[in-house]
Amino acid sequence: MTTTTKEALPITVQNVTKTYGPVHALDDVSLEVRSGEFLTLLGPSGSGKTTLLMVLAGFTRPDCGSLKFGDREVIRTPPHLRDVGMTFQSYALFPHMTVAGNVGYPLRLRKLPKAEIAERVEKALETVQLGGFGERRIDQLSGGQRQRVAVARAIVFEPQILLMDEPLSALDKKLRDQMQIELRHLHEQLGMTTVYVTHDQREALTMSDRIAVVNNGRIMQLATPRDLYERPANRFVADFIGDSTFLPVKKRGDHVYYGDTALMHDAPPPEAKELMLMIRPERIVLTDDGPREGSNNFEATATNVVYQGDSFLLQAKLPDGGEIALRGATRGAQLSSMPSVGDRVMLSVAPEDTVLIDGTGA
Amino acid sequence: MADTPLTDSGIRRDGRARAMAERPNEAGLRRDGMLERLRLYGLSSPAILLILVILVLPVGWLFYVSFIGADGSFSLENYERMIKSKSYTRIFMTTFQVSFLTTGLCILIGYPLAYFISQLPPRLANLCLITVLLPFWTSLLVRTYAWLVLLQKTGLINTWAISLGLWDEPLKLVHNMTGTLIGMVHIMLPFLILPVYGAMRAIDRDFMKAAANLGATPKRAFWTVFFPLTTPGLFAGSLMVFILCLGFFVTPAVLGGGKVIMVSMKIVSNIELFVNWGAASALGVVLLVLTVAILWIASRFLRLEQIAGGGH
Repeated sequence: MTTTTKEALPITVQNVTKTYGPVHALDDVSLEVRSGEFLTLLGPSGSGKTTLLMVLAGFTRPDCGSLKFGDREVIRTPPHLRDVGMTFQSYALFPHMTVAGNVGYPLRLRKLPKAEIAERVEKALETVQLGGFGERRIDQLSGGQRQRVAVARAIVFEPQILLMDEPLSALDKKLRDQMQIELRHLHEQLGMTTVYVTHDQREALTMSDRIAVVNNGRIMQLATPRDLYERPANRFVADFIGDSTFLPVKKRGDHVYYGDTALMHDAPPPEAKELMLMIRPERIVLTDDGPREGSNNFEATATNVVYQGDSFLLQAKLPDGGEIALRGATRGAQLSSMPSVGDRVMLSVAPEDTVLIDGTGA
Repeated sequence: MADTPLTDSGIRRDGRARAMAERPNEAGLRRDGMLERLRLYGLSSPAILLILVILVLPVGWLFYVSFIGADGSFSLENYERMIKSKSYTRIFMTTFQVSFLTTGLCILIGYPLAYFISQLPPRLANLCLITVLLPFWTSLLVRTYAWLVLLQKTGLINTWAISLGLWDEPLKLVHNMTGTLIGMVHIMLPFLILPVYGAMRAIDRDFMKAAANLGATPKRAFWTVFFPLTTPGLFAGSLMVFILCLGFFVTPAVLGGGKVIMVSMKIVSNIELFVNWGAASALGVVLLVLTVAILWIASRFLRLEQIAGGGH
C-alpha cells in the first residue's frame, strides 16, 4: 500500500475575492485547512465553493488575496507548478490513454524511470482496488471504476494536497455510499490535506473532519459535522444541513418565549436581533400520555402523515398556524401508533434539542 | 384458455411450456414490423434509383469505354499509353505534388485557425465559422478568377507590395505552381477546418486542466493531450482535402496557366482536343481506383464516417 513520505501541508487562504462583473463569486474569503485534514466545502450550486477550489488549484485567478501551501505563497503560481492532486467532476481521464497511461502521466511528466513508473502505477491502482486494470481502455470502465482511476492518478505522484470536485456526483446512490467510505479510508491511509467540494450535505457529514458551509461567496460556518448539525450558526446553515422546523421566538428578560410559553434550552441564545427556534424532525418525541415534564411541549393537529419505510414523516399545524415536522421510527409499537391526519398530537422536545439560532442569516 | 387458473401475480399455475402459452397478436405485430421496414425502403428508393442512374451506370460505362481501343475492339492500349508515356507520368506526379502541398499548407494554416476559433466563446466562434464557410457560398469560378485579378502582375497584391516597398519587381504569383496552390488552399481550407474544429470542440475542457494539474506545462499538455485527441479530425480533414485535390480542375486550369497540368485537365484535353474517349475514360478509371485505394488504406486507420462527422 502507498504511504506518503512527505509531510501533509496546511492550506491558508486569506482575503480572497473574485468578482464576475457585479457578482461576488468569492467575497473576502479566509480559511485555514489544517495539515492532514479532510475539509469539505459545502454549499448550493453557485455558492462559490467550486470557484474556491479552482483558486486552490490555480485555474481561477482571484482579484486579490493570498494562498499558502505550508509556508509557500502560491497565489501567482501556475497550476502545473502547484503540485496538488485533483479529481474532476467529469473525471477528466484522457480517452486516448489506457488506465496505466493515465495514472502514469504525472510520473512521465516528472521524468521518472520507466520501471519505477510501472511499479508506482500498479501500487496506486491497487490502492484504489483496481490492481491489474492497467491495460484497460477508459471507455471499458464503469463510472465507479473511472472514479477510482481518477483518484489513483491524483495520488500517484504523492502530492501533499488533494482537491476533489464533486467526485461522486455522477455515481448512483449505492456506489456513492460505498465510495464515500472508501475515500475516507484512503484519506486516513495517505494523510494528505484534502479539500472536498460537494453540494450533498449527507456526504459532507459522513466524510469530513470539518465542513465549511459556503453561500454567496462567503463562508457561513466552519465547524465539525457534529457542531454544524447541532449548533448551526445561522438560519442558512440550519436550513441547508438537515431538515428543520423554524419557529419565531422572542427574548424577554432572561427567558426566550414561543408565544406565551417560556422555552427550556441548554445552550444560551446567540446575540442576535432576531431569534429562531430550530427543531430537527427526528428529535421530536410523539407522546401519547400528555405533556412531558422537563421538556418543551407543543400541541398540534396532524396535517399530513407519510409512511417512508424506515421512518414516517408527520407534518402538523400548531395553534398559531406554524408548521412543524416530525420524523418517527417505524419500529414495533411506534408504527401501530402512527397518527392519522386530523389527530391532535402532543409533541415534546428535550431542552438539549431546543436550539436557538440567529434568524437573520439568509 | 380463459379458465386457466392464475395466481395473484398473474403467473400461470399449470406450468405448461412457455412456447405453448398464449401469444396474442403475434402475427399482427410481425406484420406491423415488416410494413414499417417496407415503408423505410420505400422512402429511400428514389435515392437508390438516382445513385444507380447517375453514378453506377456512368461509371460502369466509363470502365467499359476505357478498354475499347481506337479501332473499336477490346484492347489495353489506353492503359499501356499511360505507363509508357513520360507525359502521363509527369501529370500524375504533378497531381500528387499539388495535392500533397495543398493538404500540407491547409494543415499549417487550418489547424491553428481551428484552434483559435475553438477557444473562443460560442457566439464569437460561430461568427468566425461563418466567415470560414462564406467562400463555400460563392461560386468556385468567381473565387478562382478573383485570385487571378489579385495575383497578376499588375494585380492588387503586387502593386501594393511594391508601393509599400516589400519587393521591387512584380512577383510571378500566378500562372504557375504558386498561384495554383494559393487558389487551391483557399478553396480547400474549410474542408480541413470543419472536422478539426469539430474534434477540438469535442475535447472536454477539464482535460487540459487535468493535464496542467498533473504537472504538464501548457506546451506539454498540448502535445500529449490536446493534439492526440484532434488527430482523428485532422486525419479526416486532410484526407478529404487530398482526395478533392486529386480530381480538381477549375483552379489549376485557371491559375496554373497551362504550366500545372493535373489528371483532370488531361482528361478534358483528351476529349476536347483529341476526342479520345477511351484515353479519357482510362484516366478517369485510374483516378477513381487511386482514390478508392487511398480511402481503403485510410479506412484501416479510422472509420470513414468520421470524415463526415468529425470529432471522435
